[in-house]
Amino acid sequence: MVEHTVKAFDADIGQLRGMISQMGGLAEDAIGLAMQALARPDPELAARVRADDKAIDAIEAEVERLAVRIIALRAPMAVDLREVVAALKIAAVVERIGDYAKNIAKRVPMIASTNEGGDHRIEPISLLPSMARMASDMVRRALDAFAARDAEAAIRVVESDAALDDFYDSIFRTLVTYMVENPRTISQVAHLLFVAKNLERIGDHATNVAEMVYFAATGTQMADRDRGGANFEDKR
Amino acid sequence: MTPKISARDVSVFYGANQAIDHVSIDVTQDNVVAFIGPSGCGKSTFLRTLNRMNDTVPSARVTGQILLDGEDIYAPAMDVVQLRARVGMVFQKPNPFPKSIYENVAYGPRIHGLATARADLDAMVEQSLRRAGLWDEVKDRLSDSGTALSGGQQQRLCIARAIAVDPEVILMDEPCSALDPIATAKIEELIHALKGRYAIVIVTHNMQQAARVSQQTAFFHLGRLVEFGRTGDIFTNPREERTRDYITGRYG
Repeated sequence: MVEHTVKAFDADIGQLRGMISQMGGLAEDAIGLAMQALARPDPELAARVRADDKAIDAIEAEVERLAVRIIALRAPMAVDLREVVAALKIAAVVERIGDYAKNIAKRVPMIASTNEGGDHRIEPISLLPSMARMASDMVRRALDAFAARDAEAAIRVVESDAALDDFYDSIFRTLVTYMVENPRTISQVAHLLFVAKNLERIGDHATNVAEMVYFAATGTQMADRDRGGANFEDKR
Repeated sequence: MTPKISARDVSVFYGANQAIDHVSIDVTQDNVVAFIGPSGCGKSTFLRTLNRMNDTVPSARVTGQILLDGEDIYAPAMDVVQLRARVGMVFQKPNPFPKSIYENVAYGPRIHGLATARADLDAMVEQSLRRAGLWDEVKDRLSDSGTALSGGQQQRLCIARAIAVDPEVILMDEPCSALDPIATAKIEELIHALKGRYAIVIVTHNMQQAARVSQQTAFFHLGRLVEFGRTGDIFTNPREERTRDYITGRYG
């Protein structure tokens, strides 16, 4: 796109976009590290993930301040206006993604304590990191689409949410089976269910980001599509 | 809704210079239409064709058709004085006559024979000043000179003067560019109040103003009508790249 006649306007928008990318990067890291902490398990790493979430919150507040300033001082129009509005909303969504990663990290010491002295480390925990990679990948692709203003890439993110939902359904079934067969593991597996649910929600939020990217780039809402991903619980 | 004004394939030349290039546009009674575009894009020239103000420029030549209620305003039988009573105009700089406030407003109805009895004229002056939102400010000094008013009041006086002859269309050529923000807000509020009673076309360089007062916006560039659509669409999601670049401040 051609530059603004007022160059400082470009600088403001550039700064806003930069902060969104930075937030996205931190949220991806948080998901990855929380899952590492869960798999090892490593309560110290989990504590660090929880502490680092404050950085994401801080950038979100900064995005809000800058977006309001741009609206007040530059009166953005058309694609600029849509981009500022999208940035505001995306920042809020990415902050939520960070919260889900933090919530996963919070469960690491609880899961460890349910397993004290015993060796009931359960096998389905190995499925969760793959699901996490899939969710984290959606977050990364949604933010890449924002950086590139790529509506097509945004559509592909939305489409991949169905696969993540399927993954969640299958993990859900596996974990329920596990609890039925091994009642001693119930409290531990209940936490893992929440972890899986958090990852599934991260995918939903990445989908929301992609929808906003699409709106910012095209000026129209993404056509309602049957995402085919009504998950196991919702189908009941 | 049938258009109040319908321009068909209009081109305007100043000598060999083409200022407007095949523009077609419809203006309906219920709307305020804003013309925007960079300086020299032809928006004011086009506005002035709508009541034949370009007739006063010797080298100007207009081709195509402009229909007012289906009637060709460039037809030989058209009475230009009558036309300008039906299609009134307000200019960039307030230009009240160097006469009393009362006479500024009464002048039009009197020469057009709309009122002869003093009481009728009084009523017409009051109604016009009320519609222009000026009555309460000037009712006790109607015999003061119109030029003694503030700029914003003078502009509203000019609007009252245009309204007094009961026009169907009001053309405004950057009516607020010489006014402060408060006087501007009053004019914008007035435009809002007049909407529906008169078809209004406003040329403005202030895009926020176009966004605030109009329901439809036309973007002109290099004598062409680039895009014409609902104001909400033009300012959030214009179809044309040139419109987008202009309204977002990316214009070359």
